[in-house]
Amino acid sequence: MSNKTIATPIREELINLYQNNLDLITRGSADILNQHRQEALKHFNLLDIPSQKNENYKYSKIEPLFNYEYEKYFAPKRIAFNVDDIFRCGIPELDTHLALVLNGFYLPKGEKLITLPNGLIFGSLAEAAVRFPNLVKDRYNSLAKNQTDGLVAMNTAFAQDGVFIYVPRNVVESKPIQIINLLMSDTNQMVQYRNLIVVEDGAQTNVLVCDHTLSPNRFLSNVVTEVFVGSNAQLEFVKMQNEHNDSAQLTHTYAHQQADSRLVTNVLSLHGGFIRNNLAVTLAGEGADAQLYGLYLTDRTQHTDNFTFIDHAVPNCTSNELYKGILDDQATGAFNGKIMVRRDAQKTQAYQSNNNLLLTADARMNTKPQLEIYADDVKCSHGATVGQLDMEALFYMRARGIGEREAKLLLMFGFAHDVIKRISIDTLRERIDDMVNKRLRGELSRCHNCPMHCC
Amino acid sequence: MAEEQNKILEEVTGLEYKYGFVTNVETDTIPKGLNEDVIRLISAKKGEPDWLLEFRLKAFRHWQTMEMPQWAHLQIPEINYQDIIYYAAPKQKALLSSLDEVDPEIKATFDKLGIPLDEQKVLAGVAVDAVMDSTSVKTTFRETLAEQGIVFCSISEAIREHPDLVKKYLASVVPVTDNYFAALNSAVFSDGSFCYIPKGVRCPMELSTYFRINAANTGQFERTLIVADDDSYVSYLEGCTAPMRDENQLHAAVVEIVALENAEVKYSTVQNWYPGDKDGKGGIYNFVTKRGICKGRNSKISWTQVETGSAITWKYPSCILLGDNSYGEFYSVAVTNHHQQADTGTKMIHIGKNTKSRIVSKGISAGVSNNSYRGLVKVLKGADNARNFSQCDSLLLGDKCGAHTFPYLEVDNPTAIVEHEATTSKIGEDQIFYCNQRGLSTEDAVGLIINGYAKEVLNKLPMEFAVEAQKLLQISLEGSVG
Repeated sequence: MSNKTIATPIREELINLYQNNLDLITRGSADILNQHRQEALKHFNLLDIPSQKNENYKYSKIEPLFNYEYEKYFAPKRIAFNVDDIFRCGIPELDTHLALVLNGFYLPKGEKLITLPNGLIFGSLAEAAVRFPNLVKDRYNSLAKNQTDGLVAMNTAFAQDGVFIYVPRNVVESKPIQIINLLMSDTNQMVQYRNLIVVEDGAQTNVLVCDHTLSPNRFLSNVVTEVFVGSNAQLEFVKMQNEHNDSAQLTHTYAHQQADSRLVTNVLSLHGGFIRNNLAVTLAGEGADAQLYGLYLTDRTQHTDNFTFIDHAVPNCTSNELYKGILDDQATGAFNGKIMVRRDAQKTQAYQSNNNLLLTADARMNTKPQLEIYADDVKCSHGATVGQLDMEALFYMRARGIGEREAKLLLMFGFAHDVIKRISIDTLRERIDDMVNKRLRGELSRCHNCPMHCC
Repeated sequence: MAEEQNKILEEVTGLEYKYGFVTNVETDTIPKGLNEDVIRLISAKKGEPDWLLEFRLKAFRHWQTMEMPQWAHLQIPEINYQDIIYYAAPKQKALLSSLDEVDPEIKATFDKLGIPLDEQKVLAGVAVDAVMDSTSVKTTFRETLAEQGIVFCSISEAIREHPDLVKKYLASVVPVTDNYFAALNSAVFSDGSFCYIPKGVRCPMELSTYFRINAANTGQFERTLIVADDDSYVSYLEGCTAPMRDENQLHAAVVEIVALENAEVKYSTVQNWYPGDKDGKGGIYNFVTKRGICKGRNSKISWTQVETGSAITWKYPSCILLGDNSYGEFYSVAVTNHHQQADTGTKMIHIGKNTKSRIVSKGISAGVSNNSYRGLVKVLKGADNARNFSQCDSLLLGDKCGAHTFPYLEVDNPTAIVEHEATTSKIGEDQIFYCNQRGLSTEDAVGLIINGYAKEVLNKLPMEFAVEAQKLLQISLEGSVG
């Protein structure tokens, strides 16, 4: 609202950090990324870390996250552990192309950038910006909203590396690409990195992102991902967030869809102290279809906030959104879904639904499903519920000899499965089903589910 | 077909706002502008006690520290608060005791509006408090009501005659510091209605207030206070009109309702302020704070509103459900056409146990208007077994208008069940075709469908109002078919 000119200590500190390390930051990155820094810093200086007065961050306190001492470093730090260990433990029976990111830097298992025989490229974003500038230049930072969100601007100013995925025209890659983000440090750490995913016309692929913490320190990650889906292309994007409770994750994903493309996103938040996911999808070509799914299972004092924005910019597009959450202990959750139907975006069909279960008296849920519609020949609806397990369903099962705990678990699992069943890769879906089941039973400790079993 | 539709469209959008006339009556006005002296002057003109002047000044001082809220989905042009006349009253010589003493011009005005000021019209069965340019002109049926102990009069009179009641409840639901427009109203309110229903009394007739802005360059700031004591019931109606003028006029009212144990208050509004012409020139800015508190157990407050007028509407009739088992309802039909903008909805604050609320909102937008529903359902920690159901439907007539839904659900209790549903659509071609086939013109078919669409809300209105509302719907929307 008002243009405050007094810098908050956090903002000042971050701007100083940037200026003092500018040389390191630019040297450890690529020209294409460096070009945007100065401008982004200006935006950050104006916008600051969003406070709760910002309507978009009404239900999440971002500022306190920055009150801890974090180590920030601007060159990959070698950490001694056996990379092969990690490669061995993936999701069982799931054969993937693996891309590893350690504390915000791509961790190569040899080549920094891998090109498959069919032309698919994946690997380090900084490396790609040097070797394939044509693929990166016009796309990098073209979707991210530096002008409206201080956290995004901050990322653009600081991010040095991340993952780059490029699927060329008409290439159908059935083997999923798996990005594993690892956080591991002996001090508290703040990481900021950037991903760029390009699926060209007619191409198809699946991307699976897993976030893990490997050491008990406090982590704060601020990640921006830009996704381009070309005409007739298909992308399934599954994100599994599984970090320990002292970590905070701020993600900003921007997707841009061309005509007749299809995007499926699935955000599964299993663990993580503080999670804020921004997901913005622009349907920019007729016939595009976006399916957004999300599941959050929070307990203790965790906080999960999903903020989605679907922009129907042209006619004849469809979108469907389903977010479900189970909140236990003192957990708090927020959902904010906005569907925007632009003028003349006729024949739009958009559905949005957010359902929540509160298990305890201290759990709390805020939900804000919104429609903003400027075209008349559309079918849009949204719904939101906050409630508890259905007593009648529970009674039905109890009457059939199922124990109370088991019955409750079954109901919760059924509730959650509604989201999980949208995952198209069978082995992955089964694995996640299993994880969610364990998670609900409380058998899944913060690291148990991590394929690395390191602690 | 299209040509024919265009013709109908032109014909009907040509329909003039039929309450747009000006009454020639001598008015007592004060100079434009707002400062402490103006407030002292208003207070002095009304012969108010000191505590009320203090109340006004406190509100004004707080208002000066506030900023105009920007969060609504509205484009509000800059309002110059110094360019408004804060007090305008039809000149009266003495206090009125019978209808004959009312200025014949004013009487004619209300006759023209179809308001039964005449006490003879017992059949109409409605007690009316008519407010013109912020001053109560005439309250009917006072004696009949007084027999049962019901107080129904202008708020200025209540301040004089029932100071304890007013002092006790004024600003108890909407504090002077509540929001920008409530603070402004608290500082400059000139009149309004006051209603008190004593214990165990079921008000035998509908009580009604009719608001009319007449003088130019004035703002209307009325204040309504309704108190329903234990086990009582009252149904209250409110209607409003204004002349057609090229400049925008500000209307910032405050309505407070207090329902004590087992009491029920039903508040119905048909809001038909002048909406501006079809190019968006002129019209009323309707920035209203309405709030009721279900203070006692088993109490109930029900808001029903039909919003067809005003250039800009900013209005959220709310219920604070404090007493256990209390119940809040909100039924709304909001229609916007031409350049109108509406950001309206409700707040249901569940505090007591077993509290229930129900929200049914129907938005209809046509022309190049924007119509938003904004609602908050908040369940506090102690509100065990709270239950809410909200349904917000929007209907779009035309491809240049907008319909938006901004619900906020904040739930802090696991036993609460909160549901929200919303749909946005246009009238189906198949529905129109079905009606056409059976001999109904497209125009009639649309009217029929819209009526059906709004029925759920219109049904909640008292009889006389329902008829008026239906007609209003037709006037506001006919011609939007295209």
